[in-house]
Amino acid sequence: MSGAEKIAVRVTEVAPLNELVTRFRFEPVSGGLLPTFSGGAHTVVEMRDGDITRLNPYSLMSDPFDRSAYTISVRRDDEGRGGSKFMHTNVSVGDEMVISNPVNLFSLDLRATKHLMIAGGIGITPFLAQIKQLDRAHGNWELHYACRSEALGSYVDYLTTTHPNDVNIYYDDQSQAIDLDTLLDGQPLGTHIYVCGPKGMIDWVRAKAAEIGWPREAVHYEEFLAPQPGKPFEVKLAVSNKVIQVGEQESLLEAIERAGVDAPYLCRGGACGQCETDVVQAEGEIIHRDHWLEDSEKAGDAKIMPCVSRFEGKVLVLDR
Amino acid sequence: MSKFEFPPSIKSRPVWGTLEPRAGKHHLMIADAAGAEAILGIATPELMAGTHIIYIPRGADHADALRAQNPAQFYEGPTYAASVSRIRRVLQDASMGLQVYLTGTEGLMGQAMHEAMQAGIPHTAIQTEHRGSVARRMQCVHCKGITEDVETDPFVCSHCGLNLFVRDHYSRRLAAYQGVCIDAEDPGNVPEPKGIYE
Repeated sequence: MSGAEKIAVRVTEVAPLNELVTRFRFEPVSGGLLPTFSGGAHTVVEMRDGDITRLNPYSLMSDPFDRSAYTISVRRDDEGRGGSKFMHTNVSVGDEMVISNPVNLFSLDLRATKHLMIAGGIGITPFLAQIKQLDRAHGNWELHYACRSEALGSYVDYLTTTHPNDVNIYYDDQSQAIDLDTLLDGQPLGTHIYVCGPKGMIDWVRAKAAEIGWPREAVHYEEFLAPQPGKPFEVKLAVSNKVIQVGEQESLLEAIERAGVDAPYLCRGGACGQCETDVVQAEGEIIHRDHWLEDSEKAGDAKIMPCVSRFEGKVLVLDR
Repeated sequence: MSKFEFPPSIKSRPVWGTLEPRAGKHHLMIADAAGAEAILGIATPELMAGTHIIYIPRGADHADALRAQNPAQFYEGPTYAASVSRIRRVLQDASMGLQVYLTGTEGLMGQAMHEAMQAGIPHTAIQTEHRGSVARRMQCVHCKGITEDVETDPFVCSHCGLNLFVRDHYSRRLAAYQGVCIDAEDPGNVPEPKGIYE
């Protein structure tokens, strides 16, 4: 079976933080300890919604050294395919769920002399775990956290109370913005940047850092893409000799899995590269939506990341 | 002077590149001997205005040509050992955005790269270009002593006197290749030394 190992858990807390964000706490059904993880790791949560099974990645935000439970925070996205909405409306205390072992695609580079964290909105969650990890190691870090408004500023109170000197908050509705030029100028050698938030923020930080000569190895980012709905299409799986239909609301990866074909995956958000699949034939347009393939690969149409990318056209044959 | 083409080797062996000007607020260029030519190849007034050059001539006569480029700072050191305290100080005071360019012998590039890595620059972000002598800085795996500027294979360890075979196995931490006793099983049976790339 593909993906990381699975863990059966029970929901032991559902805590709404504000209008959009709710925190969930998972404890192992077996009563034992959960695997340890490192700050920045995520878990893939299985959501059984009638006939549909959704698998969505969420950053672990609890203390990496606390093995009694994991916590995640889910932002409700009413425009999405329903995963976050399912968490908000269908999950309650006492429910049993299945989550994956933690996987980290956004880990701290512990060679860094300083960790400069930049968060936008719900992108704060991996930093909550990283900060706990760094505090234990007496790490040198500072956080710059932009949120829409005070009402939607998840964990702002917690962060500013526990780390008043290291946390800087910016509210969009008060016209506060991160002054990136000043922030990046003069950072000591060995500083690493970590950015998690909307795509626009990630692109902005990466472009500015490259422009003033930061090595790309010192700029880390994570953005999980949710698979977007799109026009239904047909795919032929050459190895399994199956023809499958991808529905409007499901991803290509989900459709492959529904057909009983075991396809590799890890993050299911276009970031990790695990599900990379060779395209045997494509007559039409592959709609690449991942962060994994290089632009030249996307132009070549020889590879596809089925977790987030789709297809529009006549024939698509995959080596799967 | 033409550049030496190192033969393809194992993964451990460093692959040196070609210097190119990069975006950055400050530039640190460290060179020995013929490495000066690689700096002269990319020098422009704009680049030099933000550049600190540390140069160890080792008998070459490029110092005046480098000085004539008007770098923001220029230091000429008699040896690498005499220059390393300055290199450390420059790195200690530097901020992110500093670009590091290393050029000249493998020993110079390896040791300066180690300093830059210690200061927090990922080794993949440090530019290099080999120029001049192909001699190697070797570590004897038996006594751990370093022999500089080794030109032949095998060679005699300058510390313990063992006959050492020149390997391509390289350590970024030591900035040295590995030298292994060549006649351990049959003492005295040592092949005639020849140039490392002959």
